[in-house]
Amino acid sequence: MNAVPAARHLLRAKDLADARYRDPLDVPSLARAAHLSPAHFSREFRRVFGETPHQYLRTRRLERAAALLRNTDRPIVEICLAVGLRSIGSFTTSFRRAFGLSPTAYRAAHPAAAARGRIPTCVQLAWARPQSSSFREDSAAGAS
Amino acid sequence: MLKQLNYVQVWVHDQDEALAFYTDKLGLELREDVTVPEMGNFRWLSVGAPGQDVGITLMAVPGPPVFEQETRDQIMALMSKGAASGLFFNTDDCRASYDELKGRGVEFSQEPTEQPYGIDAGFRDPSGNQMRMVQEVAAP
Repeated sequence: MNAVPAARHLLRAKDLADARYRDPLDVPSLARAAHLSPAHFSREFRRVFGETPHQYLRTRRLERAAALLRNTDRPIVEICLAVGLRSIGSFTTSFRRAFGLSPTAYRAAHPAAAARGRIPTCVQLAWARPQSSSFREDSAAGAS
Repeated sequence: MLKQLNYVQVWVHDQDEALAFYTDKLGLELREDVTVPEMGNFRWLSVGAPGQDVGITLMAVPGPPVFEQETRDQIMALMSKGAASGLFFNTDDCRASYDELKGRGVEFSQEPTEQPYGIDAGFRDPSGNQMRMVQEVAAP
């Protein structure tokens, strides 16, 4: 047997973020999935995937929230909670930084995508996630 | 004129591990397992969905003289990052298949999800290759 490459464990943690973003997941729980300490895990994740696990999880949640805004008429507060975020204020701020519109305006600008094409979910997950570099979670409000 | 697709190739990290996964866990059938001593013990290993002719060749990533070591390492690294290849399957019942595969220890990245085209779910093979299955609905 070939030894399992370290990146395979990191991919497992990345998959966990994609599968369980609804839950109160955090970086330490992702690190456990990769069998690494949180600090080492964050460094290695960034080296392999180009962004921190915190950024990845956050942008996954925003991407899923955007999909729910486009494809459902569920209330925004409910969508915020449904993607594993706890603070509606922080969600609104992050969303606006990522997509350039408030959740309400985003929903109005993107009518429900009925079957426009047979685009698999994996493609949506991969392509519709906002760039984590386009907004900064930790910077003071008012940036950009 | 090309007639039909015979095989698709998937790089795998380890052929024994891949064979066990694709047959025991996914329920595909072994089609061919041939090792060729005069070709450096090249192992032609293929599986397929029962009842379908298209085969999946589970290819070990070769080193020299086929690929230089750096290329082999790069392919192996891309696979383990989930950036190599993928396969799309059909199923009659996505949720039942999910329960069945999950019960056998398959790692899912996405639970069954309603889509305009049907219900789909995502999982991985042990190498990190992306796999999907969809239960299609008839086009409206």
